[in-house]
Amino acid sequence: MADTRVIVPPRGWQAPNLRELWDYRDLAFFLVKRDVSIRYRQTLIGTVWAILQPLLLAVVFSVFLGHYAKVPSGAGVPYPVFALTGMVMWLYFSQAMQFASDSTVASRELIGKVWFPRMVIPIAAVLPPAIDFVPAFLIALVVQLAYGVVPPVQILLVPVLVVVTLMVALGIGLWLSALNVRYRDIRLVVPFLIMVGLFVTPIVYPFDVVPDAAQPIYALNPMVGVLETYRWMLFPDAGWPGALLAIPLASAAVLLVTGAWFFTRAERDFADVI
Amino acid sequence: MSSEDVAIRVSGLGKRYRLGGAQTDLLSERIGRRAPKGRDFWALRGVDLTVRKGEVVGLVGRNGAGKSTLLKCLSRITPPTEGRIELTGRVGTLLEVGTGFHPELSGRENVYLSGTILGMRRAEIDRRFDEIVAFSGIERFLETPVKRYSSGMYVRLAFAVAAHLDTDILLVDEVLAVGDAEFQRKCFGKMDDVARGGRTVVFVSHQLSAVQRLCTRAYWIDGGRVRAEGPTSEVVAQYLHHAGATQEGGVATIGPDVPRSTTGAVTLERVALLGDDDRPTDRVELGQPFTVAMTFRVSEPVPDGVVELGLSSADGTRVATVQSVDGGRPVLSLSPGRHEIRARIDATLLPGEFTLDVGMHRLIGLTLDFVERALTFTALNVAHDGSEDRWPWVVVRGALRPGSAWSVREAGAPA
Repeated sequence: MADTRVIVPPRGWQAPNLRELWDYRDLAFFLVKRDVSIRYRQTLIGTVWAILQPLLLAVVFSVFLGHYAKVPSGAGVPYPVFALTGMVMWLYFSQAMQFASDSTVASRELIGKVWFPRMVIPIAAVLPPAIDFVPAFLIALVVQLAYGVVPPVQILLVPVLVVVTLMVALGIGLWLSALNVRYRDIRLVVPFLIMVGLFVTPIVYPFDVVPDAAQPIYALNPMVGVLETYRWMLFPDAGWPGALLAIPLASAAVLLVTGAWFFTRAERDFADVI
Repeated sequence: MSSEDVAIRVSGLGKRYRLGGAQTDLLSERIGRRAPKGRDFWALRGVDLTVRKGEVVGLVGRNGAGKSTLLKCLSRITPPTEGRIELTGRVGTLLEVGTGFHPELSGRENVYLSGTILGMRRAEIDRRFDEIVAFSGIERFLETPVKRYSSGMYVRLAFAVAAHLDTDILLVDEVLAVGDAEFQRKCFGKMDDVARGGRTVVFVSHQLSAVQRLCTRAYWIDGGRVRAEGPTSEVVAQYLHHAGATQEGGVATIGPDVPRSTTGAVTLERVALLGDDDRPTDRVELGQPFTVAMTFRVSEPVPDGVVELGLSSADGTRVATVQSVDGGRPVLSLSPGRHEIRARIDATLLPGEFTLDVGMHRLIGLTLDFVERALTFTALNVAHDGSEDRWPWVVVRGALRPGSAWSVREAGAPA
């Protein structure tokens, strides 16, 4: 005897149905596959773009900030190495956040025509940047070695940090993608957030440039802890981030849980308002 | 019936939409007024419906009656505002052909993407992949991006995926109205299999013939409520009686729900095509004049009426227009009541399908009532006396053959 599903008007807050989400993991896989193959199909330089983007940005920042403006480097590595690692991580995070935020509205055709756990959409959207991260990370590693900076053993923990970053991006993405369905302002907010984030995160300048008094507030940005931890994993002379690491871990947890609940509440109306 | 036999039970279902209020709005527009303005619109209200396991049930009704909203509630795309739905078994939804297809992806990739979107597991698609491809008949183009497919190929592949959805309950909306005739037959065959395979199907279509063929029972949804329920033929008959332009031979009945441009002062009720013997027909023999009889119900007096009769070829191109004032004939003065107006058309139509647009206007330029494609008929390539035209119709170019006179004379050498 098959199960009977009862559909009644939804009221109040409901827990996200993780069981259903898991049942649709194959859909997430094919959505990721679609996005990855579409993005680089019919582009001249293909996957090279994922590598070129952080490289070119690092060159620009190295020339103008590192060389002309004499912005100091950190962790005892040459400025180009410092800026490149920052760029690789920041591009990964910002793209994951951007893709997740845009994902629901971009899938409006599907949402109106067929039911599936809507949360599959932002989840599938954050994964392609994680795939792009791999070649970018490897190139940055080659550059670092060319500058004679040998990574310490904790480089093996990079995948863990990549996952933590993904969780932060997904947590924010769940909130923004649900809001985006009703308030298209979000579309304008995200690029702005990314631009601001580039300045309030130690990407192209070291953490200790920020005055001690401002550091506690500065560190509330989860990406500060991520960047500091990332450099600790890559550069032998970078310090252990210590308590700074707690911020991204805690924000990932809080953002994911609240984001999933908010998304679950908002998704009911997706088909009607999107 | 015992509850074990029921696949779908809907009770007191209602779905409210808010009209006029912005659906997606800017945050700034929301600040300062808490609730979005707009009035409520109940797309469904108080709907009760029960479908037994293995039953194939049709939903009929005009556009906007709530059929699609009902399917969307059943398929969880949109939540109900009130009432309760119980579904026993796995549910598959087919609201359009090609849901989730991406033009840049190959046929193979799209089968997997579309299949998982419709709720299939990857392993399930693996298992049925060959079957899907065989049904679609596009084996050779599996690795080609579907943007290079003809629309026929695209539809065939998309339907093939959907047709292999292995669910207990299948909710289908209009998807059979696509593809060429041969493929439609194939789709119907598949739907017959599905129906006979013991699966429960809820089927929405504007093609009443499709509903009649596939469904044993039907619901007529009107204004968001169930207007009638019962054996398909009875429900369809009731619905037809009420609504729609339905053509029987050469007589089209123009119901109140036919799309039209109207002021309400005049209503076209009936259009008939009459042959030489004054009998209705939907076939015109080659070169034979025919008569169009139009019945208008006039509610308000019309002092300066002009009837327009338009003839369009199968592709929708208007190929001829005649009006009641052509040749300096006077305008029509019509008092309230029913009037039959006849027009005899003397034109040789080339073989093919034609449709008639019928309208009444006032000379001052106001359209009182206008119905497009009110009647469809076929122009034959056989003349009244049985002789075929001397031109062999390998390909028919054009739609009309005006009378023509020909002459041949000696021409001088080119200057």
